[in-house]
Amino acid sequence: MSGTYLGMPAFPEAAREAVGNATLRGNLRHATHTIRAKRATAVSEVSDWAELREAGKRIKDHTLRHLDRYLVQLEEAVTAAGGVVHWAADAAEANEIVTQLVKMTGESEVVKVKSMATQEIGLNEALEAEGIHAYETDLAELIVQLGKDRPSHILVPAIHRNRGEIRDIFAREMSEWGRPAPEGLTDTPAELAEAARLHLREKFLRAKVGISGANFMVAETGTLVVVESEGNGRMCLTLPETLISVVGIEKIVPAWQDLEVFLQTLPRSSTAERMNPYTSTWTGTTDEDGPQNFHLVLLDNGRTDTLADEVGRQALRCIRCSACLNVCPVYERAGGHAYGSVYPGPIGAILSPQLRGTGSEIDASLPYASSLCGACYEVCPVAIDIPEVLVHLRERVVQGGEVTREGNKVVLRPAKGHAAERAAMRAARWAFTHPGVLRGGQRAASRTRRFHPRTLPGPGRAWSGTRELPPVPAEPFRDWWQRTRGGKDGDR
Amino acid sequence: MNSRERILGRVRRALADAPADEAPIARDYLREHGQRTVAQTVELLAENLADYRAVVHRTDPGGLAGLIAALLEKRGAASVLVPPGLDEGWLAATGAARVADRPGSTPGELDRVDSVVTACAVAIAETGTLVLDGSPDQGRRRITLVPDHHICVVRVPGQVVSSVPQGLERLDPARPLTWISGPSATSDIELDRVEGVHGPRTLEVILVGED
Ligand code: SF4
Repeated sequence: MSGTYLGMPAFPEAAREAVGNATLRGNLRHATHTIRAKRATAVSEVSDWAELREAGKRIKDHTLRHLDRYLVQLEEAVTAAGGVVHWAADAAEANEIVTQLVKMTGESEVVKVKSMATQEIGLNEALEAEGIHAYETDLAELIVQLGKDRPSHILVPAIHRNRGEIRDIFAREMSEWGRPAPEGLTDTPAELAEAARLHLREKFLRAKVGISGANFMVAETGTLVVVESEGNGRMCLTLPETLISVVGIEKIVPAWQDLEVFLQTLPRSSTAERMNPYTSTWTGTTDEDGPQNFHLVLLDNGRTDTLADEVGRQALRCIRCSACLNVCPVYERAGGHAYGSVYPGPIGAILSPQLRGTGSEIDASLPYASSLCGACYEVCPVAIDIPEVLVHLRERVVQGGEVTREGNKVVLRPAKGHAAERAAMRAARWAFTHPGVLRGGQRAASRTRRFHPRTLPGPGRAWSGTRELPPVPAEPFRDWWQRTRGGKDGDR
Repeated sequence: MNSRERILGRVRRALADAPADEAPIARDYLREHGQRTVAQTVELLAENLADYRAVVHRTDPGGLAGLIAALLEKRGAASVLVPPGLDEGWLAATGAARVADRPGSTPGELDRVDSVVTACAVAIAETGTLVLDGSPDQGRRRITLVPDHHICVVRVPGQVVSSVPQGLERLDPARPLTWISGPSATSDIELDRVEGVHGPRTLEVILVGED
């Protein structure tokens, strides 16, 4: 997966930096708490939520169990409807296919709908290297792109920016790329959105090539589905002459009827709305309505390796709603960038190390980027047991074992340099089996923090570096640590 | 080996020892939420549309042309896009210049039109959603996207269903569909909702009773 940010520090380090950034923490806290509360209300409106969640889980599991069959069926249906299907085993191949397709149109500019898959493969950078400029058209992606920044949330990629920062980015950068920001631009959201509308409209109206992902692909009918709010998706899907969609192979559902489950659970889980403002479906091409050339690039890039892992494969059920990010206490404090991947938060912590392997330091540390509190599992509309997969991946990092990489079985050795994580596991297990202690500690810590030791001694440092410590009782901390856990080989 | 074969081979090997999957998928979720009369369903549609900041109007067939003319006038619309199969009578009372929905019209031309009037395929009450399927009275997908003002006429109760499952049943997946729930909106800036980033900033829905 070439979406790895070069030079990215491992999670604990990146998180420590983020936790110290007061603006970032404030922006994040406001945002995640707002969505979290709204989502709970939206979900409570549908009395059959549990049944919908179970059906969603079962549909996805069934699809994954027969993925070969559904992929072939999808390919036939898309082809019959006038589309062209391409298969890409990895990021490099997908980028190559898209680059060639764009070159064949003779264009050097494309408009893009926000797409996790194209971020994952680093498509914009690959196109840029070939002299093709890709404009992100989602407002938040535009903020990120103009700010020469990285997205930090699946749904609201610029969640870490507040309105003042956005105003400054627009005023400074828009003229570099096209229509400049209006004179005297203020930081009201309405004015900022208007500036983006004007800036992007001139791009939409002349665009000849659009690039998208998709939320769902229906095998039975060959239909692709994009769910969005702003209308930039509709612009990219209908105004250009050529449309190229890059979609992970796990995004299939078998039948048209299956959408009735996901079109109910996805909007409520992600934006906490009964329905998102726009949903577009298209089946191949339609005469005289929308793009006359449609290419679908089916992307593997580690997905079949993930499928081979019997515990980890459930991560492929993910519909990218981002609910798990908004409830995660670790995400809330660390922010999306700390995860070093386009998939942040709890889902990122289990998906990225599977798609990319646990070879790098950041990927090996991701399964530890969680307190295992279970909130992510509770909200997940397809019931992915994220804590279960996290523990499974921790074991893999620490103990090694058999995994599939690029279709081949390989045996991983226990990771060297993970003594700290081994110790962290033990410490974490202790703290989280004593929830009262941990809770009390979090409360007390806020009042007396400057008197606390900031990190645990010895190997416990990796764990305590990103967490508040349990409270300091009457006895000195070091004595307490020594007496309870220190010196012994933990509680195994 | 090409990538198609490589990927399919990997999928098959990955699944070689996965347990067979026998149990049928339980579809014991609801086909609609709650018990409502037809009139209550229409009422719910109106409420949910308004909740997402669409402007809802009601009339009967006799009042439709007058209402459309009034809405266009209030908006100051000098030109209006017209799908090829739109009921002629709907625009009988307006003086706004008509712009035909032609396959050859450029996005720039569409951008210069003030308003668009269309019918719809189905409306979903529980979510406040209008679905357009590109039929002749709805036109190409882009005509309800580029102009800033969209008036959509829904025939009630005939075109109204309660729920998403009931809506999907009525739709043809072979047609390009656009589901619209309120005007274009974003919450990307500190989660403050702002209408009309790229699509129409104003969505007016006319619920017209049937004769
Ligand atoms: S893991 Fe579940 S909650 Fe998280 S983004 Fe995916 S579907 Fe949503």
